[in-house]
Amino acid sequence: MTWEEMRPLLEQGTIDTLYMTFWSTLVAVLGGLPLGVLLVLTDRGGPLQNLPLNRVIGVVVNVGRSLPFIILMVALIPVTRSIVGTAIGPTAAIVPLAIGAIPFFARLVETAVREVDHGLVEAAWAMGGGTWTVVLKVLLPQALPSLVAGLTTTVIAVIGYSAMAGAVGGGGLGTLALTYGYQRFEHGFTLITVAVLVLVVTAVQLLGDGAVRLLARRTRTSG
Amino acid sequence: MITTTDLTKVYRSRDREVTALDGVSLHVRPGEVFGVIGRSGAGKSTLIRCLNLLERPTSGTVTVDGVDLTALGGRGHRARRPLRQARARIGMIFQHFNLLSSRTVKGNVELPLEILGLGRRERSRKALELLDLVGLADKAKAYPAQLSGGQKQRVGIARALAGDPKVLLSDEATSALDPETTRSVLGLLRDLNRQLGLTILLITHEMDVVKTVCDSAALMAEGRIVESGAVSELLATPGSRLAHELFPVGGPQGAAGRTTVDLTFHGATAGDPVVSRLARTHGIDVSIVGAALDTVGGHQVGRMRIELPGTFEDNVLAIGFLREQGLTVELPAQAGLPGQGAPPPDGAPPPPPASGRTAAAGRAGEAGEAGEGAETVGAEGAEGGAA
Ligand SMILES: Nc1ncnc2c1ncn2[C@@H]1O[C@H](COP(=O)(O)OP(=O)(O)O)[C@@H](O)[C@H]1O
Ligand SMILES: [Mg+2]
Repeated sequence: MTWEEMRPLLEQGTIDTLYMTFWSTLVAVLGGLPLGVLLVLTDRGGPLQNLPLNRVIGVVVNVGRSLPFIILMVALIPVTRSIVGTAIGPTAAIVPLAIGAIPFFARLVETAVREVDHGLVEAAWAMGGGTWTVVLKVLLPQALPSLVAGLTTTVIAVIGYSAMAGAVGGGGLGTLALTYGYQRFEHGFTLITVAVLVLVVTAVQLLGDGAVRLLARRTRTSG
Repeated sequence: MITTTDLTKVYRSRDREVTALDGVSLHVRPGEVFGVIGRSGAGKSTLIRCLNLLERPTSGTVTVDGVDLTALGGRGHRARRPLRQARARIGMIFQHFNLLSSRTVKGNVELPLEILGLGRRERSRKALELLDLVGLADKAKAYPAQLSGGQKQRVGIARALAGDPKVLLSDEATSALDPETTRSVLGLLRDLNRQLGLTILLITHEMDVVKTVCDSAALMAEGRIVESGAVSELLATPGSRLAHELFPVGGPQGAAGRTTVDLTFHGATAGDPVVSRLARTHGIDVSIVGAALDTVGGHQVGRMRIELPGTFEDNVLAIGFLREQGLTVELPAQAGLPGQGAPPPDGAPPPPPASGRTAAAGRAGEAGEAGEGAETVGAEGAEGGAA
């Protein structure tokens, strides 16, 4: 295989991977953020204490997290087909990726929000603030550095899952590595594909770390 | 301005109950600085959290500025609108400041203004005005992490004043600060109290705080108010535990055959040469065992423990003379006399004048001794007596 042959494949594969990752992560944030916050609010002593609801969300999140992704993907094929119309290709892969990433991110959100000093919540109540004020003006802004760190972890996990999705025709770099490496014995190409994946992951990690540093700067005494 | 009637708070968990407040009736007059002092675990924080209903009392009522807060809807943190609006008019400051590290100093002061629904320009103007009031106008753009403890508490105070409150609640606001910073923050509170007519209820375990800024004080122990009143009156009240702790006299108690007398000078008597006059007119050799001079609530107060030769009976005339001079006279040894049973060791109803059992922290050691069963030899009108 010449570089001329590889280049368009790699380009399309990267684009597909980024496409799947972006949309899956977006859905994971939209779903996981409220779930994670609810896990804290409905817990014992929380402002919206509701233990039955808390248990239900907790169990759903735990099951979602402990299910191996490959099983989730296969199990979700009917769902994917009914939403996207097909179970093959990058767009189809978004469905299991997003559903797998929601509980993953929700737990990270829960941890981040739990770390916020309860005194700040009390202060907001004492000012006459309600639950919305507490969530929007205290919990989320105070947890922002941890939330961004959690987002980075989630994006990287989704990239990893998306490569796995390649095994069942999800598209992206994972599919490339499998079809060309395993089926056509183009080991050089597989290596290059993996290198690109590593590059993407590293870039995400650096970007995320930079953002966290920027946000955390104000909580340090210097600066 | 703040009235509680028979406030109780019982914390229930699965296996036990804690009675944090046990029938607290408190009255804070408009414009005064009222200190509540007591040991850790006495229920002070619970009391102050019940005042703005962060904690809903188990029974009893809380009225702040004429509004019965306990009648307003919503549990503690699920407050409904009327209660939230009432809270916005009650300022609160905290031991650990509770500032948002994600916001600038100005942003922190703007938070309550956002809750009140003010527009952006109005918020900005008001926040800067408040920061100016607490002497931090130049720190508006700084983040809390860049400030010293005293500066952080000033931001907390500015934030607490955002809703133009008539009442400020302070839970151990100076307990995390060093003595000098404590003084300056207390000075600021005093100024705000005078300039804005702000009523301040502060909780502390440090007697010095009460001594420096409070007009009135209450001593709390085991969920009850053991003693309360205006600081100047307490000092003139023989047997007052708060007075003893505000101003403990040192020195050992009398040996056999001698009479120990504690004197408190205040108001106009503070400068009188009473002891030398006593020695002269009654021809007694007075030994001074311990003495201190201090400023309490803006007034000069002196305390002295003296020893007179002979028994109490030998010194009746001398003690009468001291009383006539307008001093508060107490005989710490009298408690042990027959017929004057010591207070029961437990469960004495308030206000037991001096059971000595639950002396507040801080100077508890010395004060506890001095307060133990102190007995009165009447000193009515000591305050104005010599004026
Ligand atoms: N949320 C709570 N749950 C159970 N017990 C509590 C709670 N808050 C306070 N207490 C108990 O109530 C008593 C009074 O506590 P607190 O008001 O904090 O005292 P202080 O502020 O004087 O140190 C203590 O015995 C404490 O353990
Ligand atoms: Mg406390």
